Parts: sequence; structure tokens; C-alpha cells
Amino acid sequence: MSERPLTRNIRPGSLPPDLAAYRAGGGYEGARRALQLSPKEVVELVTQSGLRGRGGAGFGTGQKWSFVPRPVAGRRTTLVANADEMEPGTFKDRLLIEGDPHQLIEGMLISAYAIGAAEAVIFIRGEYRLGIERLHRAIGEAEAAGLLGKDILGSGYDLAMHLHASAGRYICGEETALLTALEGRRATPRSKPPFPQIAGLWGAPSVVNNVETLCNIPHILSRGPDWFRALGIGADSGTKIYGASGRVKRPGLWELPIGTPLDELLEEHAGGMQDGYEAVAVLPGGASTAFLGAHQFAIPMDYPSVEKAGSRLGTGALIVLDQTSCPVGMLRNLEHFFAQESCGWCTPCRDGLPWVERILEAIEDGEGEDGDIEQLERHVGLLGPGRTYCAHAPGAMAPLASGLKLFRAEFEKHLRDRRCGFRA
Amino acid sequence: MSTAETHLPVAAASPLTEVLRARIEALAGHQAHPRGACIEALQLVQAEHGWISDEHLREVAVLLRMSPADLDGVATFFNLLFRRPVGRNVILLCDSVSCWLMGRERLQAALRARLGIEPGQTTPDQAFTLLPTVCLGHCDHAPAMMIGERLYGDVDETRLDQALAESRAERVS
Repeated sequence: MSERPLTRNIRPGSLPPDLAAYRAGGGYEGARRALQLSPKEVVELVTQSGLRGRGGAGFGTGQKWSFVPRPVAGRRTTLVANADEMEPGTFKDRLLIEGDPHQLIEGMLISAYAIGAAEAVIFIRGEYRLGIERLHRAIGEAEAAGLLGKDILGSGYDLAMHLHASAGRYICGEETALLTALEGRRATPRSKPPFPQIAGLWGAPSVVNNVETLCNIPHILSRGPDWFRALGIGADSGTKIYGASGRVKRPGLWELPIGTPLDELLEEHAGGMQDGYEAVAVLPGGASTAFLGAHQFAIPMDYPSVEKAGSRLGTGALIVLDQTSCPVGMLRNLEHFFAQESCGWCTPCRDGLPWVERILEAIEDGEGEDGDIEQLERHVGLLGPGRTYCAHAPGAMAPLASGLKLFRAEFEKHLRDRRCGFRA
Repeated sequence: MSTAETHLPVAAASPLTEVLRARIEALAGHQAHPRGACIEALQLVQAEHGWISDEHLREVAVLLRMSPADLDGVATFFNLLFRRPVGRNVILLCDSVSCWLMGRERLQAALRARLGIEPGQTTPDQAFTLLPTVCLGHCDHAPAMMIGERLYGDVDETRLDQALAESRAERVS
């Protein structure tokens, strides 16, 4: 059995380890080690580890940190944990938050030290009530034990940690929208550059990291970058929390070496499909990743391999389309989601996504017209990368572009028959 | 989508209590700019009153040195802040893709049959408001929903009936 550093303390159905239990298992040793090093040395260790952001974009974590300018007097640098998990089909951060809150806090302490932050904020979606409650308790324990606050572990380093329970909207997961929401404004993303590392929260340097990314940090510090690199199977480092939902026998989450093949996830870990169902295609990493067809199920689930196959690893949460569900209907559901969650700032996104949704709706309801497929294809280009401030619209186009190719015959059948063959 | 029904009586709002005003001012004091506390302030008002009335919004705006229009712009952006009255229990029914694959349409039909409401509506007895919501992150137990602060997974009709009865019996807020 391979090592599972992220989930070693997690026992679904029971309470998470309290501070004493977490420390008894080696917890906060990574933080102790980090505070003995210089911030720059911590950044270097994380860079060497090859850790890439687990929120979906896969940017190198050490590299992301390295863009933060050296501390300037009077400017407060902030670290933000992005716990606004709202990517459809994704539920890994919930497990980490509810199952081992101190692991996240320790990861944040080390990361905040590395970038010279005086303040750390956990931005958590308001629906995660249990997670909010457990984090509150854990932050209180850490403060009482001198692991947060002034002069942490006698190092002279101070860090204040806050919890922000958000009030909804998917777009808040986009890092600049998240920072805008923290400033008490409508959460519209900002144009980049400047990147948050230069001008983030209230114009000061800020780093936004995903929960799973941060939870890896204590282990990299306590076990070293070489150990971390060796955990992955292929090109990437570490483990990944993969998930599966849809008509599989055992939907759930599994911490596995990054690079585990997709078909192994489906067959071995998710237990294969339920009786009478077969997998037609999957979204490999949430709603904003491109479909992979059944002929691509042998690929390793790491960043370069999934990209080579025309999609993205994203959050590593497989959403499985079975043969009884209509692909056009699934795309309609996805594009409804994206249209609704557009912040409304950029015209292509605000006006284009509802148009896409209406066309899909018409096709599924048997009211599609000649030229609808071409109109959808046009939108793939018009809403693609480079035409909007953020990645929302391009993300929405990933399943659509791939779906139009993979399910072309199904689209044409809907138009020809003027009805959805999946409906009774 | 409206979260209000015309037959819902809108009680004249009493001013915010001194305790609540003090809490909002304390929150604002911890921020680089008082507006940084506005979402939490509105959440506090909603926790006490169930929703955010125009009168309360204006009071909060003054406390945070924002214009009411500016604050309303923020309030109307976020789907968990209610600018209209809602029922005693808010049902958040997940409408994202994993729940769709696992039959959430049937669940919505079952709710319609039992409560007689569509998404965005409140029952005449004001016991329930039904709102669609994006992925609740409970996809391994799809279809999923929340009633108040309570999360329900693997919801079939039996579980739905249990959850509704549970919420009717004790006010889940």
C-alpha cells in the first residue's frame, strides 16, 4: 500500500484529531522545522518538491510564492486558503477540512511564514457548516498553544488567522474574485497583471492557495522534497486526492500516487459501474474540464498526460457519464451552471453563456434548428481564452468543445428526430 | 429568480439591536476598511431576522460608511444573502452535474408534489422556501440537499419525507 500523508489522520464518520492527537502523530513538526529555516529556504524546498496547485490550474506552488516581493514596511502580506470548493463534482477539500483541520492550519502557518505574511485567511464556502465549526475549534486550540498569534514557537514570527464564511457564488473560487469578495465588494475578477502576489487584498501582496495544496506543505517540510517527488508515479510529485461520482459502484475519494491511471480509478477504486450501466465518457477534473471518451481511459491522471489527451487534471474529480444519460442534457446542465454563475462583468461571458444554454435547451427539447451546432462551435471560439478577464468562460467552453466532437452523432440525432431519445 | 411570494407578509422591521450594532462595529474595526466586514455584517442581520430588509440594509450601510446602493450591490450578488423574506426553513437543492446524473430532477418533482412549490417559491404556511444551489460538495452521496444548516445525501423519497418532517418538527435555521 502506498503512502497517504494527506489522509493518514482521517477516519470518516469520527471526529478529527484534536491538537494533542495531531501533535502526537508528528503534527506541527513541519512548522517547527520551517521556523528554523529562512523563508527563502522554505520556498526553495517547496519549489524542489515539484508541488503543483491542486485547485485546478496546476501552477507550481513554490514558483507562485517566489513572486511575492520582499516585505515592505507598512504593507501587510496576506495568505489566503481557498476553501471555496464549488467546482461541480468536487468534494476533496471538504474531506481535508472536516477530517484534519490542523493539517490545513499547519500548512498555512508554514506557507504564511514562507511568503512573509502577517495575516492568514481561510475563505470557506458558507454551506460547509461542519468544516467551519471544526476549523473554528482548531484555530482556537492553535492560538491557545502558541501555534498562532505572537512569537510562534519562540521564533519571533507572528501570524493572525481568520475564518471567512462566504455567502455563495462559484466565481469566488477565482483568486482575484475571492480577494474582491474579502474587500466587501461584488466578487468580479480583476484583470491580471498585476497578479495578487504584487497587488492583492487591499492592494497589498497576497497569495491564494487551494486547501489540498496547503495540506501537502507540512509533509514536504517534515519529510523533504525528495520523498515528496518519489510519491508520484510519473512526471508529477506527491499524492492526489481523486474522486468519482455518477453511476459507479463506490463513489468516493481516494488518496493515491499522482499519475494513477484513470481506468484504475474507475475499475479498482470506484468499483466499476453499477450493474446495467456503462461509462461513456468522463469529465476528469470537474465541470470546467474537457470530456475524455472511453478510448482515453488508460491515461495516467497527472497534469501533462491529461493535457496531452486534450483535457486538464483540474481537481481530479471524475464525473462519469453513463449510457442512460443524455450527453446534450448533461451539457445543458453544465452550461446552465456556468451561465448562472457568470459574474456578469465581461460581455462574452455574461451574454454568450445564456445563449449557449438556450441553444442546448432547444436541441434537447426537440426544437433545435439547422445551424445550431455551428452556432455552438462559434461560441467555443468567442468565449475562449483571452477574451475575458478570468477563466470562467473558457472553462465553460472546455466540456462544450469536447462534447460537440465526442457526441456529434447524438447532437445530429436530436436535430433530425426533433426529440431527445433518452426521454421516456 | 424571486425568493418571495406576494402573500408573504412583510413585517415592519424593528431597528437592529444595540448588541448587533456593536458586533458589526467590532467586525468593522478589524478590517483595513470597514466595508471589508459588510458580508459578515449582513450574515449577522440575516441570522437574527431571517432576511435583510431595506431598513436593515440602510442601517448597516451607515455603520460601515457605505452608501445603501453600494451595499445593496454587494448583497444582491451573493446567493446566500436573502433580500426578500424566506420561509422558516430554506431548502438548498443541488442542481449541479453529479446530482443531475443521479436523478435530482425526480427529487425536484417529489418536492413539488409534497410542498406545491417550484424553485424560488415559499409554501403558503411559510415553512419552506426552495432554492436551487450549485454543487454542495457531497457528490459521493448524490443527490444532495441542505435544509437550513443540515446536509442530506443519497436523498430518495423516503429520506426526503424524513428530512421534511424533521425540519417541520424543530425549526432548523
